[in-house]
Amino acid sequence: MVIETLSEDVRKVVERWKDKEGNLIMILHDIQDRYGYVPREASLEISRQMDQPLARIYEVLTFYNYFKLTPPGKFTISVCMGTACYLKGAPALIDEIRHILHVDEGETTKDGLFHLQIVRCLGCCGLAPVITVDHKVYSAVKRSDVATIIGEHSKK
Amino acid sequence: MKRILIQDTTGNLKKEKRDLHISFSTQIRDRGLTDQVQVVMASDLGVYDRGLAVKVLPEGVIYGGVELKHIPDIIEKTIVKGEKVEELVVERKNKQMRIVLRHCGVVDPESFEDYVAHDGYQGLAKALEMGPEKVIEEMKKSGLRGRGGAGFPTWLKWNLTRGVKGDEKFIICNGDEGDPGAYMDRSVLEGDPHSVIEGMMIGAIAVGATRGFFYIRAEYPLAVERVQKAIDQCYAKGILGKNIFATGFSFDIEIRLGAGAFVCGEETALIASIEGLRGYPRPRPPFPSVKGLWGKPTVINNVETLANVAYILLHGGESFGRVGTEGSKGTKVFALTGKVRNSGLVEVPMGITLREIVFDIGGGVLDNRQIKAIQTGGPSGGVIPEQFFDAPVGYEELQKLGSIMGSGGMIVMDENDCMVDISKFYLGFCVDESCGKCAPCRVGGTQMLHILNQISEGKGQIEDLKKLSEIAHAMQKASLCGLGQTAPNPVLSTLKYFEKEYLAHVLDKKCPSGKCASLVTYLITKESCTGCGMCARVCPANAITGNRQEKYTIDPDKCISCGQCYEVCKFGAVLRQ
Repeated sequence: MVIETLSEDVRKVVERWKDKEGNLIMILHDIQDRYGYVPREASLEISRQMDQPLARIYEVLTFYNYFKLTPPGKFTISVCMGTACYLKGAPALIDEIRHILHVDEGETTKDGLFHLQIVRCLGCCGLAPVITVDHKVYSAVKRSDVATIIGEHSKK
Repeated sequence: MKRILIQDTTGNLKKEKRDLHISFSTQIRDRGLTDQVQVVMASDLGVYDRGLAVKVLPEGVIYGGVELKHIPDIIEKTIVKGEKVEELVVERKNKQMRIVLRHCGVVDPESFEDYVAHDGYQGLAKALEMGPEKVIEEMKKSGLRGRGGAGFPTWLKWNLTRGVKGDEKFIICNGDEGDPGAYMDRSVLEGDPHSVIEGMMIGAIAVGATRGFFYIRAEYPLAVERVQKAIDQCYAKGILGKNIFATGFSFDIEIRLGAGAFVCGEETALIASIEGLRGYPRPRPPFPSVKGLWGKPTVINNVETLANVAYILLHGGESFGRVGTEGSKGTKVFALTGKVRNSGLVEVPMGITLREIVFDIGGGVLDNRQIKAIQTGGPSGGVIPEQFFDAPVGYEELQKLGSIMGSGGMIVMDENDCMVDISKFYLGFCVDESCGKCAPCRVGGTQMLHILNQISEGKGQIEDLKKLSEIAHAMQKASLCGLGQTAPNPVLSTLKYFEKEYLAHVLDKKCPSGKCASLVTYLITKESCTGCGMCARVCPANAITGNRQEKYTIDPDKCISCGQCYEVCKFGAVLRQ
């Protein structure tokens, strides 16, 4: 992902915080608020502008759960892998999603539209297998339904 | 406009409730009062033992055991004349007491003027007049102890930091509320940010700090926004900045955000995080009061603690100290959740019994199930079984029972909750959140979780119970910070009070509450089965077959023990073993 204004964006953020001690976490918060995650290029830029080793930035980024290193998708697809969904074919659904979108668990499609995550249990085992796209719930999903569900959102 | 509220709690008296509603409405109409009176069903009036309950607003009078014959009387006396129908009145003694939450919902949190109109910054003015020694003296009289969990006396903390020489000192407000099931700090920051700022400034006067930091979770955006707004207002009004009220006292406040690490609630880890580092705790001593933020003397107080301070200064330490018990003064806010009828934040005077909180304020257990225990203190706390519910709430009292006051989560558990499962849940949380710096916490937690998983899957051995408590004690003694030292508490307290449940899992390979799916089998009794087929319809694994004549049966090979058939059967024909 190329962000043309990145260097300028980082400069503004660093400018705002540079006189405050312990500013790194706040700088990273500002960057994540701006892009939805902390791109590696931004970390490199922060490292250059603040004259800090990149490792110093990544040690913080990887410690705190809140910071994301990959862009979130426009839509998050959650596939339930609770016991009931697992038995009623959730693995096949994941295969199908992988096949259509070319992403693995925890990844986002290249166009930034879909993020795939696997969740423990959505708590609606009677509707198994269940997929949610953001807050919309799809129940009793068959392998053949997956393309339709993804298609519904691609058009938006 | 007057309102008649009819309690619409779930349960019996469905028809009577409806009849009451209709009769009230018709009689109001017949008397031509429709424009002045509204009849509504209200979800809960807090009356559970007196039949149908009705509340009349704005008078706020509650009537219990209301029947159709009482309606004309209620309308005539209360609605028309504004009198009470004495024989029906239910006296509700309000067991709650609001000090911390005194402004929440009353004062507009975004208005400086509104806060000032409610005695805002009067405590600060008083503190500036009194000077540090007298402020600390007042705090000592109040007996206020830290509300973040450990319960260290606030005056002593302030006095220690005051006694340390330093060119610069800091005060930090710990708003890194990470316990699952506790949200009082968020509510105070969102609902009354100025009172926390005022408390922090009074603390700054006492210890001689010139800069303050709010450390707030990034997951609480509204709290951050409101606190920032309040800080900006204070700067605009000259309450923050240089030479405040021309007293020579200068003070600045900044906000720093957390980033999703539970361990940062521990004070040395929190300091590291404000410094922009990984949130690793470090050994104490030196304590933050000597060597804290950037090596300078630092005092760290929890949000709820600071919200008490202005009140104490304004009303006097002695008056505050009259509330509560010998060792625990004032009030405590609890987040009452779980299987309780009325869940939400409650603020109660210390010394109230657990039973009063759960039954009188909380209204008892959901669906009238049998209560098993309550859990306090989140992942650092423990469970308290029902036989100790008459114990008063206080720091030492809860500790004696093997739990802690903690930050104030209070979770009610009923007969369907499995204690092995509960301790697995809490320990799993701490294992996830362990920072990994010290071995006792990192390795000990993982090993205990492994053993608990084995037990819940029916692969536990009797020696495992001994091993669990050995590792637990090692973690308590050897871990670097509070997270690791307290992480085994849920396991130890469930082992102590519910050893039988562990034994059932280990020896009989059964889960008495039916929570641990691998240890539960379901079957249908032919005698009670009516052949309605509900169970077969909800079964996600198609494990139930049958028909109306031959009744239904569960195929144990296909059954995934999800328990849906058990939940859905109206005739008690599905048995859980």
